[in-house]
Amino acid sequence: MDILAFSWCGIIAFGVIMYVILGGFDLGIGIMSIFFKNEKERDLLVSAILPVWDGNQTWLVFGGAALYGAFPLAFSAILPLMYIPILIMVIALLFRGVSFEFRLKAIKTKRFWEICIFLGSVFATVAQGLILGTFVQGFNLSPNAGTIAQWFNPFGIACALALICGYVLLGANFLIIKTTGKLQEKNYEISSKVQYLIVAGFIMVSVWSPFLDPSIMQRWFNRANMPYLAMLPAMTLFLLMAHRFALKRKYEYLPFWSAIGMFLMCYLGFIISSYPYIVPREITYSAAAADRSSLLFMLVGVCIMMPPLLYYTYYSYKIFRGKVTQIGY
Amino acid sequence: MLIDTALLSRIQFAFTISFHILFPAFSIGLALFIVSMETVWLKTKNQLYLTICKFWTKVFALTFGMGVVSGVVMEFQLGTNWAGFTAAIGGVLGPLFTYEVMTAFFIEAGFLGVMLFGWDRVGPKLHYLATLLVVIGTTLSAYWIMSANTWMQHPIGYKEVGGIFKVADWMQVVFNPATFPRFIHMLLASYISAGFVICSVSAYYLLKNKFTSFAKTCFSFTWLLLLILLPLQIFVGDVSGVQVHENQPLKTAAMEGIWETQAGAPLILFAIPDQKNQINHWEISIPHGAALFNTHQWNGVLTGLKSVPIQDQPEVIPVFFGFRIMVGAGILMFLFTLVALYLRFKNCLYNTRWFLISSVLSAPLGFIALWCGWITAEIGRQPWIVYGLIKTVNAVSNVSMRDVVISFALIFIVYGIIFGYFYFYFLHKTLHKGPPDINEREGSRQPFQYMPTSFSEHL
Ligand code: HDD
Ligand code: HEM
Ligand code: HEM
Repeated sequence: MDILAFSWCGIIAFGVIMYVILGGFDLGIGIMSIFFKNEKERDLLVSAILPVWDGNQTWLVFGGAALYGAFPLAFSAILPLMYIPILIMVIALLFRGVSFEFRLKAIKTKRFWEICIFLGSVFATVAQGLILGTFVQGFNLSPNAGTIAQWFNPFGIACALALICGYVLLGANFLIIKTTGKLQEKNYEISSKVQYLIVAGFIMVSVWSPFLDPSIMQRWFNRANMPYLAMLPAMTLFLLMAHRFALKRKYEYLPFWSAIGMFLMCYLGFIISSYPYIVPREITYSAAAADRSSLLFMLVGVCIMMPPLLYYTYYSYKIFRGKVTQIGY
Repeated sequence: MLIDTALLSRIQFAFTISFHILFPAFSIGLALFIVSMETVWLKTKNQLYLTICKFWTKVFALTFGMGVVSGVVMEFQLGTNWAGFTAAIGGVLGPLFTYEVMTAFFIEAGFLGVMLFGWDRVGPKLHYLATLLVVIGTTLSAYWIMSANTWMQHPIGYKEVGGIFKVADWMQVVFNPATFPRFIHMLLASYISAGFVICSVSAYYLLKNKFTSFAKTCFSFTWLLLLILLPLQIFVGDVSGVQVHENQPLKTAAMEGIWETQAGAPLILFAIPDQKNQINHWEISIPHGAALFNTHQWNGVLTGLKSVPIQDQPEVIPVFFGFRIMVGAGILMFLFTLVALYLRFKNCLYNTRWFLISSVLSAPLGFIALWCGWITAEIGRQPWIVYGLIKTVNAVSNVSMRDVVISFALIFIVYGIIFGYFYFYFLHKTLHKGPPDINEREGSRQPFQYMPTSFSEHL
């Protein structure tokens, strides 16, 4: 096994899951915010993500840059194939980002920018879901394979819907931490409804994906792996119970952490299905890896920069800890 | 077929980066201005400086947001439209981008929240540190991206194995000697561009007789700064020119409009280059000028464009005029600062009407020079995407024309609406509203609060 390339897989996987969790809750809040009737409440929701959305999105930029540098072959194979969903994603993120800024400054057009935040969040999530769906199903790089059908198909759409629910769950749970009173009540309610959709999503993906490709079936359902891999659904079930319990008892932090746990489990499942491919079932990570010197050079940077980086990310959340009130400048 | 997607991708790239670069350049300059004002405020505790600081921070927030979202488009575009290039040089440029994210973007993003919304959450010292870190972040980001671009202009320290470029010496790639003059040139360009906007806004307030103490402080501070920066920029530009002549003689030939290889080439003040016939029309020139500037020798030899076949020459017209507009704007801006100095000595800097009006109008000068500089540098590099190694036409992705047309149309419309209209609309709105009146009591200034920390001690 190529240790260097493998550690880069790990680093990129870490960057992606950081994005999914942090970017996930702020996309989720973006999706929910439009359904709150009271303008004061919407102000609070947006205020909860204003100081952090840029930092959250930087994890996506990090994942992209690291994939570019560590696995250039994968980057140049995936992106042209995913041309349209990626275009949708970046344009949606663009709309969303500028709408946060504009909403703060607007008076009469505030509602318009809220709709843009909503649409931007929804489209970005859907695009990410479609890309995720393609990753789970595997790519087809042969020159005469169609491109649109690779990302636009029933499984991809199912993934997009599941991702919307997942992000909303994270968003609502984050808001439980950040709000009080009536607003917090509403978020408890949203969270407890969405968790059932999540269960449905889990079941659907778990049943569907083994049938997508024989290698996935083979990996999960053979005698040697089964006992270990069975721990994954067991853990997920446990986290789900914890989540339900936490909502019932009105805990503030446990819902968020247990939802993160569920995301981690799904992500682990995805990694197990895809390993050792970086472009699933076409290019393995060691075949796509850049030259040793590039990997090593970047690794030095990660080792030096990542600890302080994680610390000040934590620190900037800490500065804005506590219940949110309206924000502006 | 491929030629079409290549051309369209080039136009799309030029379009998106031309928007993108405006925002970082403005942010880099504003950040420096804001941190300077915050320094003065911490030293003097004079409320005026805090007001200046907070007012420009609003403009900064708006601009910075635009920079972030347009930058994300840039990054993914490298993969979607330039996959051939990514596969070949990803191992060289990718690490530079990764370092940019780790040493610059995360710092900027992490401390931006504190800088914008943290006034009541952290003490003045810590706030100052956050502002300073944002400044450092933007500067480092400029360094990494300039070093990546410089590698494309003047690739060194690499080895090629079967069409894939690998790095032989990271020191040479990261600290490419050609990067330094270009990096400084870019930083100064950002400071100058932002400076002219600040002067223009202050002049507008002075003309309207609004916020006068605010406007006077910004006005005089910025003119003083520009008085120092412009001669420096002209000097660094000259160093850059010598470096370009050494590394990319054909770019120099296009910039100077030199067709024949010759010693003691003249400096062409004006001409209409005619690439088809490989000749200049209506040429007005100063003997030996170009040789002197580019080689620092009276009889230095400049390579002519005719030394390579026509299809290997860069487009001469945009390079030639881009260069002249940049230099012309630079000299014009320098004259401006001299006039400001003169008026200052005569004690009428703030009430000379014609000067205030021309200051208002001068706002885009810096950005025009900056744009033209990039057009010179990038089009002058053609037809290579990595000078001498990879042709631009070979770098393009194998995507369908349909996809590229859709994306460009979408980007064109979205950028036009968001950056071309709404950014300026909200910028105008912020500037029109102006800073809060400084005589007002401090406490009533803004609604920046999060709830007191006692609500919850945890993260
Ligand atoms: C001289 C400066 C400069 C130049 C030439 C460029 N950029 Fe830039 N870029 C910045 C200076 C900058 C910045 C000032 O550092 C920004 C503005 C806002 C920010 O967060 O960083 C930025 C933002 C920014 C972001 C968003 C970062 C985030 O989410 O925080 C990306 C992905 C890029 N850029 C990528 C690019 C690419 C691919 C370029 C050219 C090919 C490019 N930039 C040219
Ligand atoms: C930020 C200011 C910049 C501006 C205004 C700018 C401008 C341009 C222009 C006008 C072109 C089109 C050239 C042509 O079609 O003949 C171009 C192409 C290109 N530039 Fe830049 N550029 C900038 C920065 C950069 C940077 C920092 C990079 C490196 C990462 C870069 C990489 C490229 C690439 C990959 C292309 C497309 C291929 C090509 O036509 O060469 N540019 N740019
Ligand atoms: C007045 C004297 C100036 C001279 C002699 C000069 C010279 C140059 C040269 C030779 C280049 C090409 C560098 C390359 O291709 O690698 C360049 C690029 C550039 N110039 Fe200037 N310049 C001057 C003024 C300015 C001013 C006033 C600005 C902006 C405010 C500016 C902004 C730029 C930018 C943004 C670039 C592209 C980045 C780069 O390649 O370094 N220049 N300049």
